[in-house]
Amino acid sequence: MGLRSRHSSSVTTTSVQEPNNGNIFNIDTGKKTLGNKYDWLIFMGPAMILVAVFFIAPVIIVFIISFTNMSSLTGFSNWSWIAFENWIKIFTHPQSGQHVKVTIIYVFFTLIFFNVGLALLLAILTTHIPKAAGFAFRALWLVPRITPVVVYIMMWKYLMADSPYGIFNEIFFKPLGFETSEIIAAHPYIAIILVNGFIGASFGMIIFTSAIESISKDIMNSSLVDGANIFQRIKYIIIPQIKWPLMFVTTFQTLSLITSFEQIMILTDGSYGTEVWSLWAYHKGLNNYFGQFQWGFGMALAGILVIISIGFCIAYLKFFKFSDMIQEPKIETL
Amino acid sequence: MTEKSGIRSFPWGKIIPFIILLIFSIPLILGIYWIIISTFSVSTRGLVPVDSAGNPGGLTLANWSFLADPVVWKLTLNTFILASTQTLGVLLVSSMAGYALARINFKGRKSFLGSTMVLQAFPATTLLIATYFVLRFISGIPLIKVFGYDTLGGVILVSIATQLPLGIWLMKGFFDAIPWDLERAALIDGCSRWRTFRQILLPQIRPGVAALSVFSFITGWSSFLIPYSFLTNQDTAVISTYINRLMQDTAPVNYSLVAAVGLFQLLPVIFFFIFTQKYLLAIFSGGMKGGS
Repeated sequence: MGLRSRHSSSVTTTSVQEPNNGNIFNIDTGKKTLGNKYDWLIFMGPAMILVAVFFIAPVIIVFIISFTNMSSLTGFSNWSWIAFENWIKIFTHPQSGQHVKVTIIYVFFTLIFFNVGLALLLAILTTHIPKAAGFAFRALWLVPRITPVVVYIMMWKYLMADSPYGIFNEIFFKPLGFETSEIIAAHPYIAIILVNGFIGASFGMIIFTSAIESISKDIMNSSLVDGANIFQRIKYIIIPQIKWPLMFVTTFQTLSLITSFEQIMILTDGSYGTEVWSLWAYHKGLNNYFGQFQWGFGMALAGILVIISIGFCIAYLKFFKFSDMIQEPKIETL
Repeated sequence: MTEKSGIRSFPWGKIIPFIILLIFSIPLILGIYWIIISTFSVSTRGLVPVDSAGNPGGLTLANWSFLADPVVWKLTLNTFILASTQTLGVLLVSSMAGYALARINFKGRKSFLGSTMVLQAFPATTLLIATYFVLRFISGIPLIKVFGYDTLGGVILVSIATQLPLGIWLMKGFFDAIPWDLERAALIDGCSRWRTFRQILLPQIRPGVAALSVFSFITGWSSFLIPYSFLTNQDTAVISTYINRLMQDTAPVNYSLVAAVGLFQLLPVIFFFIFTQKYLLAIFSGGMKGGS
């Protein structure tokens, strides 16, 4: 192995001057680049343009507008700069605390119980039953993600509605002698966590399933031969083998939960104290009953989310030692 | 042989997973069952179809009469164009970027890789309000105004952009897993990066491409917020926004009709998923064997 890699490195440090002329090795230069120096620009170009236009530009716009009093009253022409007024308003606003609280509860419990926890459970269980059955369950769990969100929410409204319509009440609570209730109104936090969790679980499930299936059959089978039980197998074989996908899903889902509001908007529209921060920003900046849009304030609320999210990312990068995971490109370093 | 020792090691192994899966799946099973039942019912109580007086019965096909409406087929075509075009876009752009990030050493590679993760964190609110300004700006430029506000092209571009962080991450991961021997030989023999990418690497990550296609198509087909925000014209509306309009327009909302349109939108995706699911699961096991 050592011999092999030493040999390969001596090959790759040579460079090709004329790609079309074939095997011309220039041993003296020791350059590490293969092919054209600007090849990466061609490959990265489209992605960079899209990122610049639809990520970077909008974020710049958000921060610029957050320093103005732009609203439906001022229109797009009569606004003025108001420095940090919107940002100060966030910290003095009486409702801020409530929005922070519901956002934290919603993100934490949805992530732990569903987007990572249940996702991992589903992936492990469906890979330990006959293939066809595993397929059927995974297909079932993808339904929430692919169902049009309005129909999905309507389904949950019916599931959680009061008698005589609601399915939970009619099938479980009433026959068992419990009080029936409008579940969304009675337990709004549980409602939004369930609704989002049942969508979120499928993302991790798919990623984890692929990863578990990719674990070498030899390793899996040898654990069986050695007499490992399922919990030992999960702890010592499956979890270490899917470390990277686990990190990927946790990181990705935390960040997307913080910013998601589509389902909550259609389910409760923020009533019963379920107006998470991102929905609050949306209501202020783009959509509310009164048609009074406070673009400046809404953008500041969104700006807070951007800052928090970037902070999260940096913490993740440090915590998971991401820079170690980002390997050097194989073709040029080996 | 190993199968048998497996059964001995886990005496509960075949039954318990089923029971746990079933318990967790109850809300989904009931909900899906209800959607199907209600599309053929005047109304429902719990899971029981009822007629307008509230008595059991009331089965009807009236909810499906929307299929005779040509507008629905126009919307279906729009939805298909949106989903398939943005899928192609996501595949092309993210596989190219994923290749560069996995294989080429260039300045800013690490920071771009790190920032694809940060990009995903941008709040949808941020993107929606500000992207509205961006699309308005594009609308004012003669040659590319087909990608501006209130156009399918604009919605497709925004959809591609929002899926890029995921696509690039996945593609980069697939490229990382490919042994580099083949490609190294090709590059040293003077094959261009583009040809290496297209003829040697892309065939190697077919399962990854299939997986991303499924993700992307499903996302595009059922997307709501982006078309809802940036398409006001009825001619370019998609099924999701149509359903939303149904729920808002009709005075007492006919949920049975909404469920029927929803099921209509859902069925092709389920068939699509059934036929591509094996690609998803072959992601890691299949594609890598060839090269090593």
